[in-house]
Amino acid sequence: MSEKIPSSEITPESVYFNRRNFIKAGVFAGSALATAGTYRFFNPPPPPEVVTAPIGNVSESRSFSSTETPDTFETITTYNNYYEFSTSKNGPARAAEKFVTRPWTIEVDGLVGKPRVFDIEELLRLDQEERVYRFRCVEAWSMVVPWTGFPLKKLLDLVEPLNTAKYVAFHTYYNGRTTSPEAKLPPGPNGMQSSFSAGIDLPYLEGLRMDEAMHPLTLMATGIYGKLMPNQNGAPIRLVVPWKYGFKSIKSVVKISLTDVEPPTTWNLAASDEYGFYSNVNPDVTHPRWSQAQERRLRDSRMQPTVLFNGYGEEVAGLYAGMDLKKYF
Amino acid sequence: MNDIRFYKILIAVNALIPLTLLAYDGWRAQLGANPIEFFLRTTGVLTLSFLIVTLAVTPLRKMFGWNSLIKFRRMLGLFAFFYATLHLLTYSVFDRSLSLSAIVGDVAQRPFIAIGMAALLMLIPLAVTSTNGWVKRLGGKKWVRLHKLTYVAAILGVIHFWMIVKSDIFYPALFGVVLAGLLAYRLMPKPAREQGLKSQVGR
Repeated sequence: MSEKIPSSEITPESVYFNRRNFIKAGVFAGSALATAGTYRFFNPPPPPEVVTAPIGNVSESRSFSSTETPDTFETITTYNNYYEFSTSKNGPARAAEKFVTRPWTIEVDGLVGKPRVFDIEELLRLDQEERVYRFRCVEAWSMVVPWTGFPLKKLLDLVEPLNTAKYVAFHTYYNGRTTSPEAKLPPGPNGMQSSFSAGIDLPYLEGLRMDEAMHPLTLMATGIYGKLMPNQNGAPIRLVVPWKYGFKSIKSVVKISLTDVEPPTTWNLAASDEYGFYSNVNPDVTHPRWSQAQERRLRDSRMQPTVLFNGYGEEVAGLYAGMDLKKYF
Repeated sequence: MNDIRFYKILIAVNALIPLTLLAYDGWRAQLGANPIEFFLRTTGVLTLSFLIVTLAVTPLRKMFGWNSLIKFRRMLGLFAFFYATLHLLTYSVFDRSLSLSAIVGDVAQRPFIAIGMAALLMLIPLAVTSTNGWVKRLGGKKWVRLHKLTYVAAILGVIHFWMIVKSDIFYPALFGVVLAGLLAYRLMPKPAREQGLKSQVGR
């Protein structure tokens, strides 16, 4: 090091350390922002509240309604299982924003005297009732929802079921990527994901026994809180069967078929040891991986005991008289 | 301030940012309709993430010659333990109402709880023996052998995660693939690894 560096070119010590500190501060701030950003990416802020039009012809009659306080509109519209859109709870609210539900038709066929296609506007002109129902998810959480809609029986009566009809099969709208032969449904712009991403075969299929379908508690819901059904809750029309686990209450229905054989159902096809055809709420039949004895009530985050048939035993226990509910779970 | 100390503070601050945001969102009631489930899931995912980062230290050192990374490994491991403890506390207090019999019953009846609990218990001796004193007391070889339990805990953690999801296995699978990669590196025969080292470092 014999070469002379003029002293004027040597960075003064204070400047050198200042620069180092400056870089350190930059690294610090940059990494903190990146970490916070990563966290926010995986945990996005809640979606904005969805706005839908009010339903005009809702009757005041509240037959079968629970007297429990309903959960807020926000809870009901931001905590959804709708695997066609997202497998996270708050994902469907955003992912379903572009879901187009007009025009919409429901085809009703199979073992009926008068098969026909219903337009959603026609179904919305039927008298709608408000029903406040308890809703118990198979994942052991529950909420209370003020649905608006009409009994499924009203719709089925219009097509005149034949005596040979023993079951009712339901299909959800689907136009994502699928290998299922069932998917012969109209395409349209929407945010639906592939069957692969959802982890279940789509379109989503559900089914009820004829007497369950004709039961006065069984509802075709067209809205919540007196407003048209938000997309993430199964717009424009969905099934609600309050004494069964939530996944039985199939969303965005496009097809209903009456049959004489027990129809295949999506979760049963995915894991038959975990999800039965009946899937009645039953604290004594444990899910192979978790207990069904208790449920977390979303309103106050408290655990409470789960009740057989979700508390609707008085109305529906007769449907299962003599049946072994542990075998037919 | 020397560089090691700076990087340690940098890592600690970044490791606590998720908890800070979680607490902030909780305070302004923005954790969604089921805050307990959200807190449980987030602390669980953070535990697994820190376990993976801890296990990545050795392969990264060997592959890229980033030897000074070793100075931060203990800290990363302890953050995994920290989030695991929060995970267990949330479950015990809010899911089982601090009832020991309810927890024992859950462990006995639900394989996924038993597996998660086993993984968590395994982390306790590792956290305890993470000090320099314990490395000396046990001797390097024994200490290293004991701390291979980190792999077992991480594998059990991924299985625990996999078992609780209904059908959306993407994230458990992602953790599984990364972990398998880290394990595979360990199991690779030494010569192959050294060759990789030479080509990377250019010795």
